[in-house]
Amino acid sequence: MASAIRVRELRMTYPGRPPVEAVRGLDLDVAAGSCFGLLGPNGAGKTTTIEILEGLLEPTAGDVEVLGMRWDRDARRLRERIGVTLQETKFTDKLSVRETLELFRSFFAQGVSAQDAIGLVGLGEKSASHVVTLSGGQRQRLAVACALVGGPELLFLDEPTTGLDPQSRRQLWDVVRSLRERGKTILLTTHYMDEAEKLCDAIAIVDHGRVIAQGTPTELIRSLGGDHVVEFAFGDGAASEESLATLRALPAVRSARADGDGYQLTVAEPHVALPAVLELAKARGATLSRLSTRHASLEDVFVALTGRHLRDE
Amino acid sequence: MSESSGFVELYKMRMREFLREPAVLFWVFGFPILLAVGLGAAFREKPVESTAVAILDVAGSDELAAELSAAEGFRVQELAEDDAARALRMGRVALVVRPGAELEYRFDATNPEGVLARARVDDALQRAAGRADPRAHRETLVTEPGSRYVDFLIPGLLGMNILSGAMYGVGFALVEMRSRRLLKRLAATPMKRSHFLGATIAARMSVVFVEVGLMLGFGWLAFGMVFHGSVLTALLLCLLGAASFSGLGLLVATRTKKVEVVSGLINLVSLPMFVVSGVFFSSERFPEVIQPLVGALPLTALIDALRAVLLEGADLASQLPRVLILLAWGGISFVLALRLFRWS
Ligand SMILES: Nc1ncnc2c1ncn2[C@@H]1O[C@H](COP(=O)(O)OP(=O)(O)O)[C@@H](O)[C@H]1O
Ligand SMILES: [Mg+2]
Repeated sequence: MASAIRVRELRMTYPGRPPVEAVRGLDLDVAAGSCFGLLGPNGAGKTTTIEILEGLLEPTAGDVEVLGMRWDRDARRLRERIGVTLQETKFTDKLSVRETLELFRSFFAQGVSAQDAIGLVGLGEKSASHVVTLSGGQRQRLAVACALVGGPELLFLDEPTTGLDPQSRRQLWDVVRSLRERGKTILLTTHYMDEAEKLCDAIAIVDHGRVIAQGTPTELIRSLGGDHVVEFAFGDGAASEESLATLRALPAVRSARADGDGYQLTVAEPHVALPAVLELAKARGATLSRLSTRHASLEDVFVALTGRHLRDE
Repeated sequence: MSESSGFVELYKMRMREFLREPAVLFWVFGFPILLAVGLGAAFREKPVESTAVAILDVAGSDELAAELSAAEGFRVQELAEDDAARALRMGRVALVVRPGAELEYRFDATNPEGVLARARVDDALQRAAGRADPRAHRETLVTEPGSRYVDFLIPGLLGMNILSGAMYGVGFALVEMRSRRLLKRLAATPMKRSHFLGATIAARMSVVFVEVGLMLGFGWLAFGMVFHGSVLTALLLCLLGAASFSGLGLLVATRTKKVEVVSGLINLVSLPMFVVSGVFFSSERFPEVIQPLVGALPLTALIDALRAVLLEGADLASQLPRVLILLAWGGISFVLALRLFRWS
């Protein structure tokens, strides 16, 4: 498949005392027509990376190709073909939704009408409303509409649902899905693992300015060695000095780690692992204060890779 | 889409933002007019009012009071000694007269009103007693529009308004847009930077157009201002001033993301000019040594040129040095600002 974005050895150091190495050797390949997610905690370097790809920041080093073009040579042509939402933009309060879109539309040689863009993000009823009257979710959809009026083939969405309520998030997800179905290439950043998992065909997990894992959500979860997570804790402190080695030796357990007052196991087959855990408790004469199993998520992948949670801020 | 539509839409955005903000409308259009009304009224050159005189309530007071009242321009009261002394002290009367064969005038010689009252009362009483003036005379009263304070003030306020309008309409507005990240968002589109800049300045010019009409129209209607020179030339000067000050506005807005910072910068640039450039009183009152500096300031150039045209009937050609000063300030600040300007 053709590559919409190709990044090699990208580095970005913000000057200052001390300088901040926001991106430290990052590689990316985004296939045309896919929805690609940069998933990582706050400060991982997602915004810096995406703004370099949008031609808004000059990287310190590295090689960036967008739609087969380069910012230093083809800036004007590239701007015509990409759509952007920044992490936070406040549009002008006293302009209506439609006026805002007509403004953005006027910058592009080609594209869709303001009215069509409004339809694409489901803001039809708000077309004549001033921006100041919009809810957070509606403003974010307006931002996406502004990214769409130029009829871009490549869309950059930086944290499109951060700070939104669950219903607004789902509405925005629907918008993103419909755009993907229309064949647009989408690069989005998020620190919500459920968002990345639900929306993205491919994900790069970013931490400290590097890609620490890359693949489809399924591939990434499978890399844990098991699809399931078993979490439990012993009831009395005395019996809780279980060595991780003992736990790892249990049948079907792929990995084990301490987690707060208890343990977290990655297991391939819960119906094999669970009886073994119960057996162990019985042998130790301990009760289980909690026990749960669930499907493994990208959060678990991140924890397995870094020992931290995505939202440990 | 036509080539200019980006420009047109940006212009519409700026104008809508402006016209839909009542507070901004007030500060730009209402406030200067209120200021002109207030200051015009406070400094109105009124004809001297009637003079308040007390006559001591002793023998002969009624005759004196009758004689003074018959003459025009006196408010006369008969008071006992104590009350008269108090009235004089409090400034309720300017003069106390003691009737008698020899009249006694009591007044404060350091108070012009008292001196004036003494002269007028004496004059009226001597005439009433039959004094004839040996020299014939007649009086011509001068209240020529163009020499009053309000005539002087309106061009000053206009200049001040154009400067602060450019500072807020360009400088503050751009920083505010940067703080909202809207500038960065616009920079991510194929928008032509020249369209953005051009539209910002064109919107400012449009507002100045209205401002000039409003201020001069108001001066004409409410104060009976007479314009000795071409109003069109004055408008041209105002537009040039607005363009020049837009350069300054752009310059203060080149880098900062904080509206507080740009507010400070705006004050730093405009307050000194409001003081020394002769908005409220002639800048020639400042010491000789700083005159070259004062004269080189763009606001001084604009206000002096406006006064020359409106009050003295000067033509545009005679204002060339001042026009050049405005062009120089505008040109230099534009070049600098465009080099330093950040979109994010
Ligand atoms: N303009 C800047 N100047 C200095 N440091 C910055 C700047 N922008 C971001 N950073 C730093 O770079 C790192 C990465 O930031 P960012 O790209 O915004 O991460 P993310 O979007 O993943 O939260 C952070 O440590 C942040 O503090
Ligand atoms: Mg970010």
